[in-house]
Amino acid sequence: MSSIADELAKKQKEISVSEFFERNRHILGFDSQVKSLIMGIKEAVDNSLDACEEANISPEVLVAIEKVDANEFRVTVEDNGPGIVKNMIPNVFGRLLYGSRFHAVRQSRGQQGIGISATVMYGQITTGKPATVVSKTGTDDVAWRMDIMVNTKKNIPDVLKEDPFIWDGKEHGTRIVYYINGRYVSGKQSVLEYLRQTAIVNPHSRITFTDPDGKRTTFERATDKMPPATKEIKPHPQGLELGTLMNMAKDTRNKNLSKFLQLDFSRISDRLAKEICEKAGLDQLVNPGKLNLEEQKRLLVAIGAVKIMAPPTDCLSPIGAQLIKKGLRNVLVDVRPEFYAPPVTRDPKVHSGNPFLVEVGIVYGGGLTKDSQVQILRFANRVPLLYQQGACVITKSIESTDWRRYGLEQRGGSGIPYGPAIILVHVASTKVPFTSEAKEAIANLPEIQAEVELALKLCGRSLKTHLNKKETKSKTRVKFEIVQEILPMIAQKSAKIVGKPVPKLGGTITKIMNVVWIDDAVAFEKGRHKIRVSIYNYTPQSQKFNLHMVLPPGSFDYKGLQFFPTEVRDDGKASWELQKIASTDRLDVNFALTGLNKDDYDENEIYSSGINPVMIIGAEPLPGDWDVKGLEITESVETPTTEDEEEEVDYDESTEALNDD
Amino acid sequence: MTEEENKAVSSLKDIAQSIYDQIDSGKIPKMTLPLRTKSNIRFNPKHGVWKYGKATGARSAKKVNGALMLLRTMYVLEFIEDMIANSKSSTLREMYYISEGWEKAKFNSQDESNMLAEDLEIVTSCIREDFKLRPEEDGARVIGDLTISEMDRKGRLKKINCRDDVGDSGYGIPYNVEKEKLQFLSTNAKFVIAVETGGMFDRLAENGFDENFNAVLVHLKGQPARSTRRFIKRLNEEMKLPVVVFTDGDPWSFRIFASIAYGAIKTAHISEYLATPTAEFVGITASDITNYKLPTDKLTDMDVRALNAELKDPRFADEYWRGEIETMLKLNKKAEQQALAKYGLDFVTDKYLPEKLTNMSILR
Repeated sequence: MSSIADELAKKQKEISVSEFFERNRHILGFDSQVKSLIMGIKEAVDNSLDACEEANISPEVLVAIEKVDANEFRVTVEDNGPGIVKNMIPNVFGRLLYGSRFHAVRQSRGQQGIGISATVMYGQITTGKPATVVSKTGTDDVAWRMDIMVNTKKNIPDVLKEDPFIWDGKEHGTRIVYYINGRYVSGKQSVLEYLRQTAIVNPHSRITFTDPDGKRTTFERATDKMPPATKEIKPHPQGLELGTLMNMAKDTRNKNLSKFLQLDFSRISDRLAKEICEKAGLDQLVNPGKLNLEEQKRLLVAIGAVKIMAPPTDCLSPIGAQLIKKGLRNVLVDVRPEFYAPPVTRDPKVHSGNPFLVEVGIVYGGGLTKDSQVQILRFANRVPLLYQQGACVITKSIESTDWRRYGLEQRGGSGIPYGPAIILVHVASTKVPFTSEAKEAIANLPEIQAEVELALKLCGRSLKTHLNKKETKSKTRVKFEIVQEILPMIAQKSAKIVGKPVPKLGGTITKIMNVVWIDDAVAFEKGRHKIRVSIYNYTPQSQKFNLHMVLPPGSFDYKGLQFFPTEVRDDGKASWELQKIASTDRLDVNFALTGLNKDDYDENEIYSSGINPVMIIGAEPLPGDWDVKGLEITESVETPTTEDEEEEVDYDESTEALNDD
Repeated sequence: MTEEENKAVSSLKDIAQSIYDQIDSGKIPKMTLPLRTKSNIRFNPKHGVWKYGKATGARSAKKVNGALMLLRTMYVLEFIEDMIANSKSSTLREMYYISEGWEKAKFNSQDESNMLAEDLEIVTSCIREDFKLRPEEDGARVIGDLTISEMDRKGRLKKINCRDDVGDSGYGIPYNVEKEKLQFLSTNAKFVIAVETGGMFDRLAENGFDENFNAVLVHLKGQPARSTRRFIKRLNEEMKLPVVVFTDGDPWSFRIFASIAYGAIKTAHISEYLATPTAEFVGITASDITNYKLPTDKLTDMDVRALNAELKDPRFADEYWRGEIETMLKLNKKAEQQALAKYGLDFVTDKYLPEKLTNMSILR
């Protein structure tokens, strides 16, 4: 009698990865009709952008969706990338887990080589049709066109047809056309939104989209500068796992332990390698491939016990504060937000041996909706994340931040805040820890959450500063209107009626205002930022104080100055020791910045010192960390102003109470 | 310049002088005015009407609205001075439109410009006619056996009997009803009945109520203009005619009666010229609604608010009005004068008014 085990053994056979994913398509994100359409395009566009960047080509990506019948769509994605050599085309598009980036430690969009072949596979499962790939490299004269299907049993590509042809007007690039079952929608989770967000964080790309109705949307480039190419680095030993160490030791070409440690890992020096070997009780010259399990364990412990520098960070490609702002501006033109908080790019940190960094930008006001939740834009390695918002560490960090301190509404100080704002968070890493293969949400690692929260707070602080400034300005502007416009006219008219010279307004003005009012403006003209800071002394005394501003480093123009600053430091901090301003006098400080783009500077950051901060509106008190060495600080003593008159009720100017009818 | 004109100009100049002096001495300029609110009206026993009390408020340049009103005041002063110097006059509405050229000082609404004209009356103790400002004709009408003489446009005295010398629409009350313009010569009427709506005025005229009951009918046209109130007051004082007021039965009609009998809040500074303290309210009262089973409408939210405001109005602080207001609130209903037509077109003149006026001892 054959045993049950024998019976079972007959049924046991290898399943190919393709078969596995065919049955578990949700793992790759193909779990609904709407999502499948987006996922396919996302994979293709990710590949296009990665390829262009690696070849240092400004990406130009065309996406088109055509409707075939009720459920079926024909999708075209074309790029101007370097192209793929002929014999590699089938593997790239027709074989899962085939790719150039799986073993590389660097930041890229795609990692495992599943995405595009999974798209081809999903398309063929739902429509029965092959994908058509066209590619041409710069060195070949002809382009190749191939119809490709994935052989899911064996996980190899089946090429149904291949022809060479002349691709008119195309120097190099790749186009994929595939058929897929899906549903086309518009809104928050849609192809258009995905591409729009892609354009925000890839301001060096030009993306054109044609929807099933033939409507074309183009996201133009916001910059011609390519992001600096990311360098490939060796794995960082911090957070290394035993299995990985064993594989690396077996495969290494370095036949002594010290060399292996120094050359196959990043940040291990000769001295450090020696220290590790000593700690592990191993000879520096031993062949790493010959280490037994016990010795390998000791090696791992030793690595964990020494102090290793953080991994190099040129493997990461932050978007950078300026380009985040530009990218946002580029796609938000219709909304006309009133404020772009200066985006924050944090220094790189490490999670389980992988460098990562966090960037945050906040946009506020203008045409953004006021009474709904803020819009959250999540990105990982410059790829928008549209799904699984609730499961993502970015959302968790936003929820656990108390936004009431930064001027947004939030019930109980936690949860997603409300207000006219967009919060953008980008996490870049050589390995983004996604919660699943569909790459929809970033896992909740404490190191990452801490960094995101810090960046959010920094950016939130600039938002709050802006909102405070706006409020005090609008309050004072009203009074400004009285003393600058209305009062002079009252004086003039009354003088005319009584036939006397126009009276001096000084006394009245200082009684109404009793502050130093700073009004500032930035104008961009002929490549220069012209800055005006007007100081109105509306107090009854003369005032003398110091003015400080934070300017972009190296941009200060010393030409044609009326008032020379006391100092302009290398970091852009500038200070003026102002001359004495008599009561009701005005002093204008004018200067220019050169060598900046228009968008690089649009709001002045003004501080004051040597004056009681409550006396001044339009400038913040100088922060404690400014370091005002070299500037003499004089504390002026102010007599508190008393409300001397006006015990009377304010005359009610509303007509409500008077109407009898 | 006449004596009145001289007085007007000099008192307007005083206002400008005060503003000028305050600025010149470094103060925040302001104008002090009595508070024109219902909490600041007091009964004046000498005249039997309600006038502003002692509470004052400051219109100061410290706030934008106050500063703008002061600036407008300066513009208005200049405008009035010009008119007096050039022997012109303008309507209140024209002044509102003139302000279009005053840039920042432009009025936001005609209410605002009318108010300012009243403010000037209060501060200077002049009346707006002294400032060459007049209201639009409001078309209030009179029908009844009353003979008057009116100075016409050409300066001739015209004798008019308000029953025999007028057409269907009656005698139109001019905006100036002072003695130099209009005099009462004679009447056989026994009382004056002031009617809120044009529809009811025409009903009484068509039914011959004036002749059958020896009444002078005065159409109020809603909240009555100053000239209409002054006209009624003079009829009452000079011709010794008792005055009754016949309005809709709703909160707004109560206020119409109050402005005739007690003085309006808006014009409390000249109540003694405008109000007729002996005027009596005929109806429609809240109790009429139930007594006569009149067709009604539900009170709106605004009606209820108005009634509650009236409960806090010192002019209504007596037993009669408290009762009326509370009854109306309890019924939650209001009725129009013309609801009486439920019982036929003649009901109002055959039954309702004779019954009520007899109870009030106007008719015997």
